Amino acid sequence: MKPGGAGGARRTAPRDVAIVAFARSDHRGAAEGLSETEMLLPVLHAALEQAGLAPGEADFTCSGSSDYLAGRPFSFTQTLDGVGAWPPVAESHVEADGAWALFEAWVKILTGRADTALVYAHGKPSAGPLRDVLTRQLDPYYVAPLWPDSVSLAALQAQALIDAGHTDEEALAVLARRGGDDAPAGEYVVRPLRAGDCPAVTDGAAAVVLAAADTARRMCARPAWIRGIDHRIEAQALGLRDLTDSPSTRLAAERAGAFRAPVDTAELHAPFTSQEVVLRRALRLDDTVAVNPSGGAHAADPVMATGLIRLGEAAARIHRGASDRALAHATSGPCLQHNLVAVLEGETEGETKGEAR
Amino acid sequence: MSKEPVAVVGIGQTKHAAARRDVSLAGLVREAAVRALEDAGLSWADTDAVVVGKAPDFFEGVMMPELYLADALGAVGKPVLRVHTAGSVGGSTALVAADLVAARVHRTVLAVAFEKQSESNAMWGLSLPVPFQQPLLAGAGGFFAPHVRAYMRRSGAPAAVGSLVAYKDRRNALKNPWAHLHEHGLTLERVQSSPMLWDPVRYSETCPSSDGACAMVLTDRTGAARAPHPPAWVHGGAMRSEPTLFAGKDFVSPRAGRDCAAEVYRQAGVTDPRREIDAAELYVPFSWYEPMWLENLGFAAEGEGWKLTASGATELDGELPVNPSGGVLSTNPIGASGLIRFAEAALQVRGRAGEHQVDGARKALGHAYGGGAQFFSMWVVGHEPPTT
Amino acid sequence: MPEILTAPLTVSFPFTRSLGPVQSAFLTGLRERTVLGVRTRDGRILVPPVEYDPVTAEEIRDLAEVAPTGTVTTWAWNPAPRPGQPLRTPFAWVLVRLDGADTALLHVLDAPGPHAVRTGMRVRIRWAPERTGAITDIGCFEPYDPHEDDGGDGGDGGDGPRTPAPHHGTFDDPVTGIVAPARLDYTYTPGRAQSRHLAALAGRRITGERCPSCSKVHVPPRGACPTCGVAATEQVEVGPRGTVTTFCIVNIKAKGAGIEVPYVYAHIALDGADLALHGRIGGIPYDEVRMGLRVEPVWTADGRHPDHYRPTGEPDAAYDTYKELL
Repeated sequence: MKPGGAGGARRTAPRDVAIVAFARSDHRGAAEGLSETEMLLPVLHAALEQAGLAPGEADFTCSGSSDYLAGRPFSFTQTLDGVGAWPPVAESHVEADGAWALFEAWVKILTGRADTALVYAHGKPSAGPLRDVLTRQLDPYYVAPLWPDSVSLAALQAQALIDAGHTDEEALAVLARRGGDDAPAGEYVVRPLRAGDCPAVTDGAAAVVLAAADTARRMCARPAWIRGIDHRIEAQALGLRDLTDSPSTRLAAERAGAFRAPVDTAELHAPFTSQEVVLRRALRLDDTVAVNPSGGAHAADPVMATGLIRLGEAAARIHRGASDRALAHATSGPCLQHNLVAVLEGETEGETKGEAR
Repeated sequence: MSKEPVAVVGIGQTKHAAARRDVSLAGLVREAAVRALEDAGLSWADTDAVVVGKAPDFFEGVMMPELYLADALGAVGKPVLRVHTAGSVGGSTALVAADLVAARVHRTVLAVAFEKQSESNAMWGLSLPVPFQQPLLAGAGGFFAPHVRAYMRRSGAPAAVGSLVAYKDRRNALKNPWAHLHEHGLTLERVQSSPMLWDPVRYSETCPSSDGACAMVLTDRTGAARAPHPPAWVHGGAMRSEPTLFAGKDFVSPRAGRDCAAEVYRQAGVTDPRREIDAAELYVPFSWYEPMWLENLGFAAEGEGWKLTASGATELDGELPVNPSGGVLSTNPIGASGLIRFAEAALQVRGRAGEHQVDGARKALGHAYGGGAQFFSMWVVGHEPPTT
Repeated sequence: MPEILTAPLTVSFPFTRSLGPVQSAFLTGLRERTVLGVRTRDGRILVPPVEYDPVTAEEIRDLAEVAPTGTVTTWAWNPAPRPGQPLRTPFAWVLVRLDGADTALLHVLDAPGPHAVRTGMRVRIRWAPERTGAITDIGCFEPYDPHEDDGGDGGDGGDGPRTPAPHHGTFDDPVTGIVAPARLDYTYTPGRAQSRHLAALAGRRITGERCPSCSKVHVPPRGACPTCGVAATEQVEVGPRGTVTTFCIVNIKAKGAGIEVPYVYAHIALDGADLALHGRIGGIPYDEVRMGLRVEPVWTADGRHPDHYRPTGEPDAAYDTYKELL
């Protein structure tokens, strides 16, 4: 994949920005009886409290969610009730995973118009038939009328990987069991993917606080500095793509500086085990890297928050000193169509504060 | 730390219509994008990122359509960001794109916004029934008409003011080749005798439902220096949101709108908008919102906006032309309507608005709002680079 | 804690999609049992044909006919077909590179079981008996062995060109649009706060929530104070009487609403609430409704919400008492 455009060279970010707080819900399956606002509110408060911010106090707020997931137009307007948007706040919303909301907030802080940002995401996939809902993302003329569900598309990708010799069903089963549970890989859902290869789809919400430079240092003992963040998209049609590779992930990682130095941790947004195989190859992750220590998207997939959680989990590991340099990845669209990569770092002892970069 | 100045060097629109049955979704968006690139003298390869805005995905029945549109938008191998902030989304799209340039993340960004309402039905898309809730008894206009009555009560505005706005905007649209409604031979009497749908709002005072797209190329100083036509420079841009319904909500003059305007003027160094802004493209889906926004945006004192409208000041040749393009009252592809406002403001200061050009426009305001009058996005553009 | 409510929510619409010229030619071609691809500047044939080159983004229009036979590039066995999918019995999803094409088409393969499917196998189109100009005019693919061609069921295995042949793309009565019905069945959960409110309504009581921080009472409640962003849990009964703060007269009949026009749609601030809710005004001629009118709810036996509000007969509220609620 070619970098986009002659003027596409990445230019130096003028400000240090860090993830200073992270909170997520821990639902298993449906968030019984809760509205999205009710599901989100405690998560927002937990993240704001960590950062020492009151509701509505962040300079910028940005969220990610999907009307199609909720089954209602303008669904994001209701969750604004949990933010404390009074007096009015500088606020925006992406119709995508919250990882892209974080990207927009990062850009806002770079412009100097904000020092702090609250980023949140929420999804209640239990509200609808997720596998069918996601078919509405596909080419509306040639593909969506066939209703190819999300597991089936992932299975086509998995078979391509097996055919190419990059994995096999046994290797996938090992990945499926890694979450600590010894459950057998289960029946085929769509062959070659078994139940254990598919994500544990759940309702959920996540929130992150971003802050610039000294503000970040005030809010957090060990901020997770965003050393680079980039995202790239591919054509959607599966028949146009090499499903065994993820050139957009590799390009985003290059742009984010992921290959400049080894990472010790990687949080990958790979709902299906087979997608972890693709991402590990694209990101050149070897066995020295702790991949998905949180359990990853496979262990809990609150759709639309899952990618933001990868960024939050990687940052939280830096906050508590368990990582010095971590990669976080988020994805969108069928078979890893659109990918975001961020590189986060903690300051190590001996680094003076003024020389964070 | 200094931001990169941001220039608008390319603008394109589709011919807006009730139904564009000659194009696909991609074809509609491309029509605007290709015109914007041509205006900027650029090719697809010259754009570094794409920002896509539109209103709810249910309108076209495609979830996150930017995914399917990636190759049509020349975005393969590039970043695509999808914004959705209800009716203000077109404005937010331009602002997110401008921030990408200002932050020096990208040099040249394509912003596109669209709606192809004919794929479904606007009323269906806007009012899917929600279980347990009382159904909206009055349709879209019924949501807004009570606020208009509240404004009339507060300001003492005479009932005819709404028709003056509709008459002005529809006549302006005759000078805009892209506009959806071209009502030749329209008279004020016809506007005033059109059916009263949601008293006090008449049919002629409401916006149409359109298919359409708008695109814009934003770039940095280097890009602006290469542009074949004069750029518009972004002097200020801001978004403000408040909750949908709450104790203390002022639907007539929402605080989020006032605060947003104050912030944009502060950034742009505008202290007297009435005197310093030469043209304004305001999101006016029902004609009465012109005087309401004139007050909300600081062009008139509270209760005085209707007098500005009634005086003719907002006519194309008036002291403060409002919606020289014909506005939302003449063209309303919902998700694109905000970007069209921002683009038309930029066209004015570039001197490229054609027949609806305001003579000597040097600073212009683009404005969009959405949801329950709760999401606002605005920018001020100028014909010269910002000094700060 | 009252029962937590849920309800089915169906989102269903027959979307009408207009087509660009390349799409129109491709889908019309399928109706005529002809498969068209589009040629890129660098000579590749893309099937299905896209309108814009996925690499260069330039518009592409040169059509070429390819064969109805091809090779499976990857597959997945679906043991449990879902609503809307092309076959009712277990089938394989396949990406098929048709002979003459450089890219693969996503569709389904009718095969007896996963043992009968492999990457690299030869397949051909089985045309749908009734064709309208849609991707589903390809009913499915079926295994195809050129040496055992039974020629059955309109397979036409050998008829198409082995090498792509330029095609004008014009047909009689071209398809210019498709209708794409889409139905998704959701379960709506209004949440705990709304459930409490709805339970109270069943007893004809209207309740709101008081914010612990700003003390404002919001009706209907949402579980959070929208201005303070904190949880609101104190239940407060409001009304039943209230004041019309503003209104409009609806003269246009809403689809599906069984209410005769004209009628008045009003914002009503119930006594004790700090914002207005919406309702219809009855029991008074529509042109006598005014701001400040005092009203009370009228319930019907089967309605969850008040059917409408009617005048109480009290004197009108003074403007100053409700102007902050406009």
